[in-house]
Amino acid sequence: MSGPALWSVVGVVIQVLLVVLGAPLLVALMRQVRARLEGRAGAGLGQPWRDLRKQLRKEPIAPDGSTVVFTAAPVVALSSALLIVAAIPLITTTSPLDDVADLYAVVSLLLVGSVAMALAGIDTGSAFGGMGSSRTITVAALAEPTLLVAGFALSVRVGSSNLGSLVEHAQRAPSVVLSPATLLAAAALWIVVVAEAGRLPVDNPATHLELTMIHEATTLEYAGRDLALVELGSAIRLTILLGLWGNLFLPWGVATTVTPGALALGVLVMVVKVAVLGAALGASEVFMAKWRLFRVPELLAGSFLFGVLAVSSSFFLA
Amino acid sequence: MRGILRKIQKVGRVAEPALPVDLSGRQGDEMFGGSIQVRHVDAGSCNGCEVEITSAFGPVYDLERYGVRLVASPRHADVLLVTGPVTRNMVDPLRKAYEAMPAPKRVVALGDCARNCGVFAGGYGVHGAVGDVVPVDVEIPGCPPEPEAIISALRGLSGR
Amino acid sequence: MSPGARGHHLRVAWVEWSMSLLGLALLVVAFAAALSVASVGLPSGVRARTSGALTCLIGLAGVAAGASALLGDSLSVAAPGLLPLSSAVLSVDPLAGFFMFVVGGVAIAAGVYSVGYAHPDEDAHDGATLPTGVSSRTVHAALPLFAAAMVMVPAAGNVTTFLVLWEVMALLSLLLVLAEHRARPEVGGAGVWYAAMTHAGLVAILLGLVALATAAGTESFAGMREAGPGLPSGVRTVVFLLVFAGFGSKAGLVPLHVWLPRAHPEAPSYVSALMSAAMVNLGLYGVLRVGFDLLGGGPRWWWVLVLAVGALSALYGVLQASVATDLKRLLAYSTTENLGLIFVGVGAAGMFAADGDSTLAGLLMAAALLHTANHAAFKTVLFLGAGSVLRSTGLRDLDKMGGLARRMPVTTALFGVGALAASGLPPGNGFVSEWLLLQGLIHSLSGEVEPDVVVAIAMPLAVGAVALTAGLGVVTFVKAFGIGFLARPRSPEAMAASEAPGTLRAGMVLAAVGCAVLAVAPLLLVRSLDRVLLTMSPIGQESPVHGAVMLELSGISGSMSPVLIAVSLAGGAALLALVVGRLGRRQPRRTALVWGCGGTRLSPRMEYTATSYAEPLTRVFDDVLRPEHDVDITHHVESRYLVESVRFRQRVPDRVEARLYPPLVAGVNWWASVARRLQNGSTHRYLAYGLIGLLLVLIVLGVTS
Repeated sequence: MSGPALWSVVGVVIQVLLVVLGAPLLVALMRQVRARLEGRAGAGLGQPWRDLRKQLRKEPIAPDGSTVVFTAAPVVALSSALLIVAAIPLITTTSPLDDVADLYAVVSLLLVGSVAMALAGIDTGSAFGGMGSSRTITVAALAEPTLLVAGFALSVRVGSSNLGSLVEHAQRAPSVVLSPATLLAAAALWIVVVAEAGRLPVDNPATHLELTMIHEATTLEYAGRDLALVELGSAIRLTILLGLWGNLFLPWGVATTVTPGALALGVLVMVVKVAVLGAALGASEVFMAKWRLFRVPELLAGSFLFGVLAVSSSFFLA
Repeated sequence: MRGILRKIQKVGRVAEPALPVDLSGRQGDEMFGGSIQVRHVDAGSCNGCEVEITSAFGPVYDLERYGVRLVASPRHADVLLVTGPVTRNMVDPLRKAYEAMPAPKRVVALGDCARNCGVFAGGYGVHGAVGDVVPVDVEIPGCPPEPEAIISALRGLSGR
Repeated sequence: MSPGARGHHLRVAWVEWSMSLLGLALLVVAFAAALSVASVGLPSGVRARTSGALTCLIGLAGVAAGASALLGDSLSVAAPGLLPLSSAVLSVDPLAGFFMFVVGGVAIAAGVYSVGYAHPDEDAHDGATLPTGVSSRTVHAALPLFAAAMVMVPAAGNVTTFLVLWEVMALLSLLLVLAEHRARPEVGGAGVWYAAMTHAGLVAILLGLVALATAAGTESFAGMREAGPGLPSGVRTVVFLLVFAGFGSKAGLVPLHVWLPRAHPEAPSYVSALMSAAMVNLGLYGVLRVGFDLLGGGPRWWWVLVLAVGALSALYGVLQASVATDLKRLLAYSTTENLGLIFVGVGAAGMFAADGDSTLAGLLMAAALLHTANHAAFKTVLFLGAGSVLRSTGLRDLDKMGGLARRMPVTTALFGVGALAASGLPPGNGFVSEWLLLQGLIHSLSGEVEPDVVVAIAMPLAVGAVALTAGLGVVTFVKAFGIGFLARPRSPEAMAASEAPGTLRAGMVLAAVGCAVLAVAPLLLVRSLDRVLLTMSPIGQESPVHGAVMLELSGISGSMSPVLIAVSLAGGAALLALVVGRLGRRQPRRTALVWGCGGTRLSPRMEYTATSYAEPLTRVFDDVLRPEHDVDITHHVESRYLVESVRFRQRVPDRVEARLYPPLVAGVNWWASVARRLQNGSTHRYLAYGLIGLLLVLIVLGVTS
């Protein structure tokens, strides 16, 4: 394999390994930030990996009456998350899979993960599973228009919805990042990131009250290695969402060439960006309570409005 | 928001330093490796033990720093933490909660009522102690037990 | 005609045309139609097989004819004197060929399916009573004829032939919709609505086409094509609006869609598949033929109207589908949704063609046509699957289904394939055409031509509408598949389900294979659509979609690989399953009772139903849907404080129908009661009417000639 092609494959491999190994660390960082702000000591950065290691040793359980959908859903959700990780520009925009999935394909792949978990929730045959499934898919459906319209706003100037091109274009001209269209799109997409990752104020990731759960209710029946896959998949999803938001709106540092130096810088910058965004998200959760479920569509409608404003301003103020 | 920020700055760290605990000879590390998830079942208690559990998981004692976390579903749990004497109506639910947990699992009977019905022994609504319904691995004596006792028992299980 | 074709242009009086594949296929269709009429005399067991085989044969001939037309062959045949007032003209070009291909494909699957559909005990009647329902002679004869009429409608070459074939198709479909009228009273009502609306549509189409023919001076499509662009714009507008109303009603666009959710659930499932996946496409064919071909495109506001109606239909259809609890009604509203998306593509293509941006117009039209084919494939699978469930359990109500995955595994798997495709997610085929549609819409503001205000406002709204439709579509099909097939059965009928017999499974597999091929190799179809685009004069160039493994858009930057996504997903899932299986091989999976918080054992009736699944959406959109609730509380005999049972019923009526149609129907009733005064029963008066009418016609002819 020629030099540049080899390095681009190396870049993708590093990207995938970094996200898989680092996603639980991101979750730990967010929990640790919350703990310290609340005056507690916190469990430490290694806790989610200890949890995963222990879950892999435990016995998996399938509820009576469920089908292969229940056992296959965590695998499908994790596999779609890993495909997204390999295709999006996190460390580098030169991934060989960059042309395979553009912004819309990535949004649809995220939805595939949500659908897999929603079907598993119904398949458990319990009322909690059905409730979680219904709520999580409604939130995903209402977040979809914002994602696509905000993506539209971002791709108008570049003339393409390919994620690598979006990041490279934003890197070249800092005025692009500070334009009203981009700022509005950033606000709209931040709300969607919070909704899709299941964080406050949309959903409380640490709740024990089943009736307040949106996403976790679909995973109440999972045990053992299935649960480990579900938790890893959810952590990777969070990393994807934060990493993508960070690279679209703060694109500096992402490697656009395949030299080892650029890749190393890309790794460092991505780790810093995701850590800072994660810490900010975790800290903001200390100040918020979970909103009533039926106020969430109003929030998502507001984010849709931001997205439409972003498109209009990208045209009228171009 | 500014009020909360000022409060955070003023109060600072609330958690007390970790207590020295002798973990040798306890069934810990090799089983759960520093992480246990706890499902609490109130089988008929007066809620005095629950107050102590809340305190143990609160910011002062901060049980979470030893890798112990409360979870909602027994399917996610390793340890079943039972308080109170088992009343007649709670026999079946307690048994079901135990069976719903994946192996390997442990049961902790917290408080005198859970160990031997305590002050409720012989009551008409009481079926028996926790040990009569599910096999108990760790007992925490006290009415109610102090948070330090709860912490040292759970740390013995998690190995941290 | 289509340039560069090795065509055979023959004007022949009777039967002597050379045997190109196209001509041979049309001949086969006619022959099979004739045979189906003759089959009424056969005994009932043989009749079912004959009817199914003939429908399948007609489908194969349609596919062959369509494929050869798409690959460049063309045909033009005139038979003067065959029809009253005019000659019968058949002319097949790539546009007609595409629709014949799609209709033929659906007919193959439906034909195979229909063989085993009737219950064995329906055939085992005693000789004294006639077979009814789907085993009757009428239904068995009408099915192949219906398929034949649908295959031939795109081949019509002049107004008379087109209208005759259209009406034959409508009447036969009405017969088929009414197949089970003895079994259920709702079927009769559905038939009346369908008959009234399809004939109202026919009147609109008739008026439009006749106005066009009068203005052009000829009724053949070839003649109208030449004269079309030169006609005064007022006439063109009137023709387009009439034709759009008539064909749009057939395609199921809001507000003329109300027959769809009534007629499709009541028809036998293979008929629903034929109607929903094949017949509605002919409405699209009519708009494309008149709007893009005969009239040669039009001013931009026509296409903005088409775009708006399409977006409205897509949103309304998917919203109603997401709250529907009757499985077939859900699928019928989903047809409105998909046709709405197709018309969004057509409208946007027309807008850009009118502005001069042919690349984008070509891309959008290719996306719309690809979505037509994809929709035909997955809607067939879904309706045939719903039919298998209905036949096996007698249930259409999702609230009572469930647990079918263990009892009907093949049907569940195939329905799952269809549901994945219908929800527009990778790796299904619906995702590819929606991706192309979105690419066309998002490149509108950065295309070759400088966009203006109308485009700048319409495009974001169109993208928002398509996105919300896609999201709600996902909810709809997760609900349909999850509640209908997974978990445990919610009723004794569902518990007693059994797998569908062989021919039903074969029909579903055929349609599912179509979905799979379109999912991984859409380019096979997209390349042949280039000829279709070349025949449409406002576009007149090939579509910018290229690449086999990776779909690339030339001239616009954008790429996506459906094959690689599908392969990576499947490969990744398999690898993960292997790795995790090896890691956890010491801990085998245990089956346990579902955790129900330790209380009483969870019964299947405590699972979420379709009504409860859609409840958050019903609440969010309750201004649009206006659901009706019925709560019935039965108290204990001993005390009003104790409740014995609560009965909750929710109904979501079709609000468009409830608001728009009662005044119309009341108006028609009033007019009819006025007209009744003309009919007083006196034969002398009726003879006088005839005489006066004839005299008036003679006077008008004498004055105007």
